[in-house]
Amino acid sequence: MAAQYIAEIESGFNDASRLAARGVTVGYGARTVIDDLDVAIPPGVITTVIGPNGCGKSTLLRTLSRLLKPTRGTVVLDGDDIVKLKTRDVAKKLGLLPQAPVAPEGLTVSDLVARGRHPHQSWLRQWSSDDAAVVERALAMTGVSDLADRPVDSLSGGQRQRVWISMTLAQGTDLLLLDEPTTYLDLAHAVDVLDLVDDLHESGCTVVMVLHDLNLATRYSDNLIVMREGAILAQGHPRDVITAELLHEAFGLRAMVIDDPVGDRPLIVPIGRTNVQLDRMPIKLQK
Amino acid sequence: MKPDGTVVKPSVAPGVRLGHVSFVWRPWIVFVSLLLAAATFLVFCLSIAVGDFPIGLSRVIATLFGGGERVDEFVIMDLRMPRALAGLVVGIALGVSGAITQSIARNPLASPDILGITGGASAVAVFLVTVSGGTAAAVVNSVGLSAAALAGGLGTGLLVYFLAWRRGIDGFRLILIGISVSAVMEAITTWLLVTADIRDVARAQAWLVGSLDNRSWDEVWIALWGTLALLVVVSCVAFQFKPMHFGDEVAAGLGVRYSMVRAVLLLCAVLLAAVGVSAAGPVPFVALVAPQVAMRLARCPTPPLVASGMVGALLLIGADLVARTALPITLPVGVVTAAIGGPFLVYLLVRANLR
Repeated sequence: MAAQYIAEIESGFNDASRLAARGVTVGYGARTVIDDLDVAIPPGVITTVIGPNGCGKSTLLRTLSRLLKPTRGTVVLDGDDIVKLKTRDVAKKLGLLPQAPVAPEGLTVSDLVARGRHPHQSWLRQWSSDDAAVVERALAMTGVSDLADRPVDSLSGGQRQRVWISMTLAQGTDLLLLDEPTTYLDLAHAVDVLDLVDDLHESGCTVVMVLHDLNLATRYSDNLIVMREGAILAQGHPRDVITAELLHEAFGLRAMVIDDPVGDRPLIVPIGRTNVQLDRMPIKLQK
Repeated sequence: MKPDGTVVKPSVAPGVRLGHVSFVWRPWIVFVSLLLAAATFLVFCLSIAVGDFPIGLSRVIATLFGGGERVDEFVIMDLRMPRALAGLVVGIALGVSGAITQSIARNPLASPDILGITGGASAVAVFLVTVSGGTAAAVVNSVGLSAAALAGGLGTGLLVYFLAWRRGIDGFRLILIGISVSAVMEAITTWLLVTADIRDVARAQAWLVGSLDNRSWDEVWIALWGTLALLVVVSCVAFQFKPMHFGDEVAAGLGVRYSMVRAVLLLCAVLLAAVGVSAAGPVPFVALVAPQVAMRLARCPTPPLVASGMVGALLLIGADLVARTALPITLPVGVVTAAIGGPFLVYLLVRANLR
């Protein structure tokens, strides 16, 4: 089963993919960031985009979520060209959490999460008991029910990120795009938020996220997209993708890849220059 | 779930359903808005009652609702009503305009005074008053000073918007450009005043301090219908605006066409401010302070539109009432709006700090 979808991922497009980019070229103004890129997001798994700063990770996520309009090529959502869909219809299918969002000072958690129902509301139908039920469920799923009456700005960074994810959940989509959900979080809170992301994946969501921490990306995702200079260098299961050679090619990073002592995924040990015992390093990496 | 196994019921705001219409039930905001409406109506009636020929409040209310005597009717409907109604309409227009601009810029400094609308309207009005000559006089006579000021405010507001545009609108950029353009407009106004004939300067100064004196029914009707039409547009778009308090990207993720919504609302805000300024002159501080006061009274994290309009009207009519009665000489209303609004906002801010 796992092997089968790995094969599907590696074959590029598969029919089950709900979100895909085809020949996409996109940039800001005259500057092209991504040139002629193809990618398909496999359904039901966590896909994580990694790559060095400025490689186009966030640009790819923003293009997939329709925040950026490609100059060439198309993004396909459930068989439709995403540019031709109504903004509201996209929001009913795809939840997006931008990097480091800010809530107005004093806004309560329940009011923020309630805003997630916006795509399902209209001028006349601004709030219903269905909305209340969905919001209560989203608060409970992300473990922030106890905080419902607290102002968002009074929470810790990790709690705040849970609340924003809760808002995205209240949107009622099973396709979530998260742009660096662990930014500004310490390692413990980052792990906590990623455990939550995995809970969502277990409950049936397809997740695409951008992460900076390579080991967390390796641990929490089933499909990695490695980018460099606006192109995809490698894509697939972390076990197949993460090698010392690839890390050097993508990041210019000298690292050892070892077996994770507590998991079945590879673990990346960066080498750097300081406090490294050369005799413990594999011979091929020594200069 | 709590550790002891009890499920905590999260307190999500309850909804109200009336036929096909449903909305969030927030009793406190409704209560505050009703209270503000009642206070505004009271001050509105007081403004009509007070004058050289005092009329009792009960007689004012009776006349407003169609009863009353003929003498009262003349004084109330023909002499005093335009002034009170101008205060009501201009106050609402400025309050709502301030609430919109502050929400869009996500910054309480972004009031129409700062965004150049008031400055532009003033510069055009002073230009028409002071530059003597056939063309200017003809323009003033045909379209009126108010319409010219309206055009000036609108033009400057749009100029600021387009200068501030760079792949979207950033609050700080909007404010900086607004302040710069305002400074240029003020410089032009000052230059015009310095170089103009002394009699024209007196006329221009009278307009510049902002006042509700000598409003005619014609002027009031224009302001009233203009404001009403704009408020209808604002209330249609306001629902789409709610997610925009979280920034463009979150709003887009929630299915809002934010560029379109923002352009429509900002245009409405500029027009509302321009209508207000053209009807009463550049009354300072109402658009800045009304949304902030309303926010704190209604305990909202963002400026509430309805309550901001109410506070604006209350502040302007109240200030006009004080300006007419507090001292033997009649003060310009603008002096009083700043004198009342400023300390009240400071009080609300200090009270929040002390908690």
